[in-house]
Amino acid sequence: MGAIAIRNVVKRYGRGPSALQVIHGVSAEIADGEFIVIVGPSGCGKSTLLRMVAGLEEISDGEISVGGRVVNDVEPADRDIAMVFQNYALYPHMSVYQNMAYGLKIAKVPKAEIEARVQKAAKILELSPLLQRTPRQLSGGQRQRVAMGRAIVRQPQAFLFDEPLSNLDAKLRAQTRLEIRKLHQELGVTSLFVTHDQVEAMTLGQRLIVMNAGRIEQIGTPEDVYGRPATTFVAGFIGSPPMNLLAGQADGSRFTVGGVTLQLPSAAPRAGALTLGVRPEHAAIHRDGGWPLRVDMLEMLGAERLLYGHLGDAAFVLRIDGTLVPPKAGETINLHLPREHLHWYDSGTGQRVA
Amino acid sequence: MVERRPTLGILAHVVLLLGVLIIAFPVYVAFVASTHTVADVIKAPMPMLPGAHFVDNYLGALEGGGMGTGSKAAVGRMMVVSLISALVIAIGKIAISLLSAFAIVYFRFPFRMLCFWAIFVTLMLPVEVRIGPTYKVVSDLNMLNTYAGLTVPLIASATATFLFRQFFLTVPDELLEAARMDGAGPMRFFKDILLPLSATSIAALFVIQFIYGWNQYLWPLLVTTDESMYPVVIGIKRMIAGGETQTDWNLVMATAILAMIPPALVVMLMQKWFVKGLVDTEK
Repeated sequence: MGAIAIRNVVKRYGRGPSALQVIHGVSAEIADGEFIVIVGPSGCGKSTLLRMVAGLEEISDGEISVGGRVVNDVEPADRDIAMVFQNYALYPHMSVYQNMAYGLKIAKVPKAEIEARVQKAAKILELSPLLQRTPRQLSGGQRQRVAMGRAIVRQPQAFLFDEPLSNLDAKLRAQTRLEIRKLHQELGVTSLFVTHDQVEAMTLGQRLIVMNAGRIEQIGTPEDVYGRPATTFVAGFIGSPPMNLLAGQADGSRFTVGGVTLQLPSAAPRAGALTLGVRPEHAAIHRDGGWPLRVDMLEMLGAERLLYGHLGDAAFVLRIDGTLVPPKAGETINLHLPREHLHWYDSGTGQRVA
Repeated sequence: MVERRPTLGILAHVVLLLGVLIIAFPVYVAFVASTHTVADVIKAPMPMLPGAHFVDNYLGALEGGGMGTGSKAAVGRMMVVSLISALVIAIGKIAISLLSAFAIVYFRFPFRMLCFWAIFVTLMLPVEVRIGPTYKVVSDLNMLNTYAGLTVPLIASATATFLFRQFFLTVPDELLEAARMDGAGPMRFFKDILLPLSATSIAALFVIQFIYGWNQYLWPLLVTTDESMYPVVIGIKRMIAGGETQTDWNLVMATAILAMIPPALVVMLMQKWFVKGLVDTEK
């Protein structure tokens, strides 16, 4: 039904050799009813990709299908999808009711049916008392809900969200995030959600598509993306503070980084230039640990404490329990690295080796 | 102004009152003149208080007539001609400008920018510059002494097109995209979204253009030779006889007062909208 397939999609602006290509052949399969989050830094092409699915941007190459039908040349309104915009794009002169009913009115849905659908959506979103107001008389969170209501009443095969939470304040954002999830559980409609916020991505997505510079870096569940980042980009993008990435030379179970040679708990997958990734919470302070870390600075965050230090010349961040007695700045502590938490990347390509 | 300084306040009011007097006095004189007989008006000094012939003079002016040697056409008819011309000019200008601005902002077509600049450049050319050729065209099309001749050449408006273009550019793209997702075609978007959003601009423009149309002088002077097609502004001029002959000044003044009423009414009734259209940025 509402499955979306993206196959080798390319976006370029302009023609000929001077054309600017911003999306370089992207492919992804989204199952019916799935909640997918496309996440990446600004300018990575995530919004452009979403807009191509919506039909607001032309597809330069490749194809996109919705519900098994190729929609490359189908008008946005005929793709059977609905979109929630970042600034909500509510019609300012129409009431909440008219805003939600407009698409149905154009589609010549009978009046009684429009009324029923709008009332139902308003009830789900708790907008019933606000139906006669204009968008100007609503708060940011209410406007956001109207924008979602406008999408719901159309009963589409898929919802597209273009950073819908970025105009809300932090508290409301967390609350709306939960509401969107609840809504998805209730309606079970395929959803494609674009954000640059990794917390939103991790909490909302059943699977994430991590994008960078017009390419997909990794597609996977939040656990996959966090636990086994496919590239150094993903390792550095997901997680706060991000994974420590130590570029050095491996030789058997010895690893030279920042001018010091360290003993690995297990042999490196291969010899030569490799990047070792370690999550800040996965290294531990241990009397017998073989990795001397010089502590430069500490940050107390409440439940946990961040230690900023150096292994030789290489910067390293360590996260420890806030209740532990911390070392002092200037001290050198020994770290222990469990072998199951080492991530190896090719230093040249950034691709995962093991 | 948070400060309260009585002397400054008094000074400001004195200046304002003087300004009002300077502007209002001629109007008052015209009104006084329109309530006396011709003999009283031309007597020196002219009376400074309203006379008893208000009804006679205004009815006389509206129906036409008088004893002077100037035009004796009925002012009632002139008012109708003026009203129709001003309305056609104002509404026509708004309609044409809305559509051309819509085309320029929302459609990609060859020479789009050329079209825009062609419209924009005509802003710099006053009607008087092209009055010769325009007259030739209108007379060749047999439009002299017709409403079409009075209005069509004045309808095209670079100013209004430019104003609407600027307004349309401030409408967020997402509204267009949302409308596209909702299945609204271009004209539907224009009718359902752009027009209601432009309502205040349209009102402001209507006020300006109505007055512009009502006050047209040079162009109607050229294209109307028949008394039944005189707008009231021309009518006033034609009522004044040249040289030493007698002019019905009381009727001329009554006509002038009558000619002032419709634009004043439009401004007063639409003032709220007019101001809103000029200052409002709410989207």
